[in-house]
Amino acid sequence: MRVVIAEDLALLRDGLIRLLQAHDLSVVAAVETGPELVAATLEHRPEVAVVDVRLPPTFTDEGLQAAMSARSKLPGLPVLVLSQHVEPLYATELLSDNTGGVGYLLKDRVFDVGEFVSAVLRVADGGTAMDPEVIAQLLNRRGEQGPLATLTAREREVLAEMAEGRSNSAIAERLVVTEKAVSKHINSIFTKLELPPSADDSRRVRAVLAYLNHEHD
Amino acid sequence: MSTNEPSPLQLRLRLLLWSAALPGLALVGLVLAVFFVLSLSLLAIWFGLPLLILATVIIRGLTEAHRGWLAEWLGTPIPTPYRPLPPTRNILTRSAAILRDPATWRDLSWLFINATLGLLLTLLPLALLAQAVQAVLINLYWPALPGVHWVMFVPVQDAATALLALLPGLLCLLLFWWLSPVCMRAYARLSRLLLAPTENQRLAARVQHLHESRADTVDAQASEVRRIERDLHDGAQARLVSLGMSLGLAEEIFDHDPATAQRLLAEARATTQQALTELRSLVRGIHPPVLVERGLQGAIRALVVSQAIPVTVDIDLPGRPPAPVESAAYFAITEVLTNITKHAAAERAWVRVNHGRGRLVIVVGDDGVGGADRSGGSGLRGIERRLDAFDGTIGIVSPAGGPTIVTMELPCVLSSPRTSLSSGTG
Repeated sequence: MRVVIAEDLALLRDGLIRLLQAHDLSVVAAVETGPELVAATLEHRPEVAVVDVRLPPTFTDEGLQAAMSARSKLPGLPVLVLSQHVEPLYATELLSDNTGGVGYLLKDRVFDVGEFVSAVLRVADGGTAMDPEVIAQLLNRRGEQGPLATLTAREREVLAEMAEGRSNSAIAERLVVTEKAVSKHINSIFTKLELPPSADDSRRVRAVLAYLNHEHD
Repeated sequence: MSTNEPSPLQLRLRLLLWSAALPGLALVGLVLAVFFVLSLSLLAIWFGLPLLILATVIIRGLTEAHRGWLAEWLGTPIPTPYRPLPPTRNILTRSAAILRDPATWRDLSWLFINATLGLLLTLLPLALLAQAVQAVLINLYWPALPGVHWVMFVPVQDAATALLALLPGLLCLLLFWWLSPVCMRAYARLSRLLLAPTENQRLAARVQHLHESRADTVDAQASEVRRIERDLHDGAQARLVSLGMSLGLAEEIFDHDPATAQRLLAEARATTQQALTELRSLVRGIHPPVLVERGLQGAIRALVVSQAIPVTVDIDLPGRPPAPVESAAYFAITEVLTNITKHAAAERAWVRVNHGRGRLVIVVGDDGVGGADRSGGSGLRGIERRLDAFDGTIGIVSPAGGPTIVTMELPCVLSSPRTSLSSGTG
């Protein structure tokens, strides 16, 4: 699988390259700036781009903007955005074009190499990888009100796992339950939140995130 | 100033009321001035001291009230010129401070001028109107008058001359119409001359204020730096030490006890994770990354996404404020929104940010229970201090039952978005 990396700190860039190559992903380009990222994706047509939010030359959210502009030029280009901090707002923006293949993770997540690589693969496959911190922030803000409060503790766990972008089988494995139990929970969640059920993992994530985001409106 | 201007008629009627009230107050002022001078002459015996303070307190109350009214007519505030009284109950020290304050003597001279020239200016429109009214009324009661009655230059003695008297009456009415605002303006300006602080007083007050706000700012900065040092020392630094120990130990026993080594490595990873989480929250407290990445607009939008209640955002900024102002504004808004979540029991809130007349104006409102004030929590006091460093102000309107509206203003110049981006790279 061909990967383009955009990360300006050499230490982290080299670490990422080593980590991905150790898992049989080939890094076809590793660039340092936003404009370089757009150029590299156009040139190499990678299967996934791993991008740091803050990049030169502006050191603002250059990476995020470059990733979105690359996606507008190459619709559906899978992009995994990494950052030292997460903002639910950025997650919403990344998901807004509704084409899937989007990830948004804290840099810390590379510590769990297995999880991280599976997130890269999931995104490359058109799926979603949303940081648990984003989900937690979205879940926490409302406290214990509204339809969310009617969820059982287990359903909340399943909701969080689902919002991070995992498939039923992955959720079953992580929560040590059967896949059947997971799909039962998911049905119950969708009923309680009055969302239309969906079998497609990535569309499901978007529905849940949109729900969490617009819960107040 | 009220937003809807009164009609010309309403304005004249309102000024008429003032014309009726101010002469009375001017006479009260004159009595007070005499009272003050008398108490001065009684200073020789100690009895004069409490009288002097009493007179000063009443006079200052009266002049402060006038400052408020004049500010409303003139559309610009008239600052209080008095030096702060020494924080002592010692009657002698207080009297000495009052006597040394030039504002005391300016007040006194205003009392005299107000009772003479001021009186004239306020009475003139009243007299003109009285003439006009008299010209009308004389048509009714001239038969009851013995002999000739003069309405200005018209001697009224029969129906014809009474009708003729309407002419000067009309003239007086027109003069009243024209002069009433003119006189009031002249009165306001005349009073401002003496009631407003002199340039020296203004500068002295400004220096005093800057002195205090600088001390506050330096204090706040120093305690902030101490907090950061303590957080780093007890947090990330300690965790890195523990991390190094775990790694060192794991390296040592790697060959003969791989199971324990693996456990140590897992621990090291967890410690790293915790250190990062701590650093992240520390960084957020120093300067939120989203502010660097998105500027004030984006940061506020990101902020409201994570609020418990819906917050409407309306930001209209043609450029970016300087970074320190952005930061102060961001933290102030964060604090106000936190207060709303904690205390207001509001269902929705709104944030409005714009820039006008050289000031960044931030208005945050909610539909909660109201009753917020500065003394309630340290939060609003903290914002006040933070804004003060930039000559910013905070105003809180929060009647019991709500709604609460917090208005913050920060003087600043906006840079064009482009330049601020390129200057951001340093």
